[in-house]
Amino acid sequence: MNLLTQPWPWYVSGPLIGLMVPLLLIAGNKAFGISSSLRHICAACIPTKRNFFNYSWKDESWNLVFVSGIALGGLVAGFFFQNPNPVRISEATVRDLSLMGIKNFNGLVPEELFNLHALFTLKGFILLVVGGFLVGFGTRYANGCTSGHSITGISNLQLPSLIATCCFFAGGLLTSWFVLPCILKL
Amino acid sequence: MEKVKFLFLGFVFGIILIKAEVVSWFRIQEMFHFQAFHMYGVMGSAIAVGMLGIWLIKRNGVKTISGDPILLEEKKFSKGNVIGGLLFGMGWALTGACPGPLYALVGSGIVAIGVVILSAVLGVFVYGVIRDRLPH
Repeated sequence: MNLLTQPWPWYVSGPLIGLMVPLLLIAGNKAFGISSSLRHICAACIPTKRNFFNYSWKDESWNLVFVSGIALGGLVAGFFFQNPNPVRISEATVRDLSLMGIKNFNGLVPEELFNLHALFTLKGFILLVVGGFLVGFGTRYANGCTSGHSITGISNLQLPSLIATCCFFAGGLLTSWFVLPCILKL
Repeated sequence: MEKVKFLFLGFVFGIILIKAEVVSWFRIQEMFHFQAFHMYGVMGSAIAVGMLGIWLIKRNGVKTISGDPILLEEKKFSKGNVIGGLLFGMGWALTGACPGPLYALVGSGIVAIGVVILSAVLGVFVYGVIRDRLPH
């Protein structure tokens, strides 16, 4: 059980994540990619005649089944194999984030920011609602996310995926260094 | 029933995401500040294994379990890779999560992440509405 409650080092978890690429191909010619599930949710749930959502989402329903599996895996890992200790991030990160006002380092996410009450504060709204909007809008505009571009695309030697990944990183760097400190001060 | 294999693979992937801690907002900030190797190790080794897997599939002409040839989509470059990529990167740093981790986190019981997912769905919808007017 110790193996299951302990966090896994990168050299165990990284290769396991990479295995998803050939496994999904062999299981049914599916390209490992997660952000398109958000488009299928739109197509399935929002009545609209827009071309972008007017396709047979049911043909892509494996993707919705796959992400349901992810949530189920999160449930099992979160409730039964939960790591009792805080995430062991570097001392430098703890120091930097403390200086920005983060106090609670116990969970996977800072509890003071990721709760429903925080939604009604300006910083909570920006982090969760604006952040979520950018994740959805940005991944669709970029035609993929960390799984579809950074893992599958680069594994398949696709130059557009490498470019997209560099841009993911550039946007994240700028935000983490210069925007986040301002938001956390609100 | 044919889709159970995808449910199973997703389930395993969800557990890996949580155990790897790549779903952690703290890990994402640590990564963007170059303060630990962990995230780079995860991404780098995932890409290495994915690359090896695709190379072996192509080299040996591996077929799917139902016997079909394996086809891989070529990604075409568009300006969206850059502009959308930058926007997603911003959202990644704010929420500390990309789409896969969002599903794993909501499953692990962090209810507020449900709002992030709804907002991401709205983002996709708005993209679908205005996409003809965006540079591609």
